[in-house]
Amino acid sequence: MFDESNIIVGLEIGTSKICVVVGEQGADGALNIVGLGQSRSRGVRKGEIVNPEQVEEDLRAAIFEAEQMADVEIRSVYLGVSGGHVRGFNNRGTHIVVSAEREISPDDVDDVIKNAKAINLPAENTVIHAVRQHFFVDGQDGVTNPVGMLGARLEVEMHVIHGHANRLQNAIRLVRGTQLEVDEIVFNGIATSLALLTNDQKELGAIVIDIGGGTTEFVVYSDGAIRHTGVLAVGGDHVSNDLAYGLKVPLSRAEKLKLEHGSALVTEAAKGQNISITNDLGLELKRINVEHLQRIMSLRIEEIFRLIAADLERAGLTEYLRAGVFLCGGGSRVPGIVQLAENVFQMNVTPGHAGGISGLTTALDQPEFCAAIGLVKYGSLKNRKRGGRNSIVSGIKGVFGKMLNRP
Amino acid sequence: METENQKPLLETSDAAGKPVVKFFGVGNAGLALLGMLATPEFAEAEFAAINTDAASLAASSATVKIHLENKLFRGLGSGGDPERGKAMAEEQFSTLKSACAGANVVFILAGLGGGAGSGVSPVLARAAHEAGALVLAFVALPFDCEGNRRETQAQTALEQLKSAADGVICLPSQKVFKLIDENTSLVETFNFTGGFLLEGVRGVWHLLTRPGLIQVHFADLCALLRDRHAENVFAFVEATGAGRAREVVEKILAHPLFDEGRALAESDAVLVSLMAGKDLTMAEVNRVMESVKRQCSNAQIIMGAAVDAELKNKLSVTVIAAKQGSPVAAPPARNDGTLRSVTPGIPPHREIVIARPPRARRTGSKAVQTQLPLTIISKGRFDKSEPTLHHGEDLDVPTFIRRGVPLN
Repeated sequence: MFDESNIIVGLEIGTSKICVVVGEQGADGALNIVGLGQSRSRGVRKGEIVNPEQVEEDLRAAIFEAEQMADVEIRSVYLGVSGGHVRGFNNRGTHIVVSAEREISPDDVDDVIKNAKAINLPAENTVIHAVRQHFFVDGQDGVTNPVGMLGARLEVEMHVIHGHANRLQNAIRLVRGTQLEVDEIVFNGIATSLALLTNDQKELGAIVIDIGGGTTEFVVYSDGAIRHTGVLAVGGDHVSNDLAYGLKVPLSRAEKLKLEHGSALVTEAAKGQNISITNDLGLELKRINVEHLQRIMSLRIEEIFRLIAADLERAGLTEYLRAGVFLCGGGSRVPGIVQLAENVFQMNVTPGHAGGISGLTTALDQPEFCAAIGLVKYGSLKNRKRGGRNSIVSGIKGVFGKMLNRP
Repeated sequence: METENQKPLLETSDAAGKPVVKFFGVGNAGLALLGMLATPEFAEAEFAAINTDAASLAASSATVKIHLENKLFRGLGSGGDPERGKAMAEEQFSTLKSACAGANVVFILAGLGGGAGSGVSPVLARAAHEAGALVLAFVALPFDCEGNRRETQAQTALEQLKSAADGVICLPSQKVFKLIDENTSLVETFNFTGGFLLEGVRGVWHLLTRPGLIQVHFADLCALLRDRHAENVFAFVEATGAGRAREVVEKILAHPLFDEGRALAESDAVLVSLMAGKDLTMAEVNRVMESVKRQCSNAQIIMGAAVDAELKNKLSVTVIAAKQGSPVAAPPARNDGTLRSVTPGIPPHREIVIARPPRARRTGSKAVQTQLPLTIISKGRFDKSEPTLHHGEDLDVPTFIRRGVPLN
């Protein structure tokens, strides 16, 4: 008998759209996407909620659509979070093994992880994820599971992603307001990389760049672990806004021009080409130079990539990305963006597709849904880890889950 | 690091009062340019070739040859890596410096993008500077088809060269691409590109070596080039006969590098140097200057005129137009004299020039009060949201505005 725990729902409240993906996990753990719901998002700016009422309305519409399509009742979701306040950094924890025979026990591992999590965060911030990278036993690098090894000093390298607690709570409260439970909150960048990257690629080293409407998230993997994460509160909205400003047209028109004539590189065909904008009656309102349009776009997108490239350089990770760059999100649909990214990063660039999941191809092929699909995958991995234990027992929720349940 | 003042300061240049000029060809492209330059016209100048590759160096006709090598590279050259070129040049910094000794003006000819040209040129410029010479670099940027790695290397080298040399004149090779037809062979194309660059060299050479009626100082030239290296174009045109002034103007406006005169309109500083036989008339000078001025009303114009009996009835005009690359205001050109005078061994050639007629009044040379960028730029839909600050830059403001990219 299937109980509700086999249904995993990913919810992403994005700047341009709200997206719900419903997945079903079979008894063997395989994941199948069975439903998809989306609606235009109107109350979000730069990945953060600015108008809760409107967001709630849009959220209900998206959930309803997904429920209809998947023919299930959605009770709980994995919620994707993002925004300029989300940051990631690496931290190392140390623990001295005290037992007489110097054998490292699971308790020692728990202790060292606890130490690594004890970090100095601003008071208003809270940890979203703490991902362990690898252990050091007496300075020996690259240990993935130290239990049973002999050693005096156990260290662990962790990647900690944290964000502004109130802003995260806003999103959670909003979702709960629609009578849905939040299983866990997940950083969108991590969800996206789960959907896109295979284990081999994580091992080789890769960066996933998700260019969304209001934010651009990036996650760097190397040696199979997350090394670096970041969010730039710049996305497709900025491109439209630049166009509206530069070409002196309304924002809605700029959005349309972006979709019809946009390019990440100034194309030869655009040079000297003009297009005219007409009003409802077919009268010409304005002539627009396509070259300018593309130049404005190109400069903005290139800047986003350059900022990320500079960040990678600072973190010293540029040399470790042997699988290259993976692009997704609505922004990755811009023609010529792969070429531009190759120019900036000087490495292999692949437009990303969610892989390793079966189900609706319409959903899986779209770069916009990567994050939501990744959320479902995240949920399925969590379920698998629980290893058949009854997941309705709510005591086994993650660190943050516990925090959510506080009154 | 070499300490300064190691070399005795230059007392004077040679007896004639003319500056001692040395041409340095760096890298394969530089050597080729140097070879093209070896005409009787430049007999007074000294030629030196610098390369990391022994074979091409052996083929060069230059009098001084400096082979930069390192045992580790086994004479294989820099392999297209500017870092290697740079390392080898740094290793032999003192050799380079002594090669530059005694010169008042050092011209560096190079093609950027490869290993030797991009790596060695900036170091050579520094060496020449320390040896007390003024440094002017003529460089060609790679073609687009050479790939963006070379492009990036060339840009980096250009930046370094700009900070090390007094003036950099660069020719984006891609511009020449438009001028050749499909049947042009590779060799011809490179000769063609080189020819363009040499036109510029020749123009500047004339500017510096021929006594001027209205003298253009090296300082003027440097001031023109400083901070404007990104986009400069130049032309050297000649005409003879009765209608030569008109013909020259037509040729300038039709010059392919000037984009049918558009480059002139966009530039904000223009240097015009006229040279003719003894029959040069004021009306001719006036005609050329008027037409140039009409093309670029906003630009600062530096003008020079010289008489050379050898030219007979020929009128030759050199035009260098510079456009400011960045929105940052260029330092006032007037500062230049004082800046240069602190450098030891400043060439005395400009003090020794023959009696100077009253300088023609230059347009646009008056000091302009700069303005703080206080204009408020609307952020559109992000007006009311929290600004996205990244290293002090507000990313909500359109990129093209922050970068100062003009859209017209």
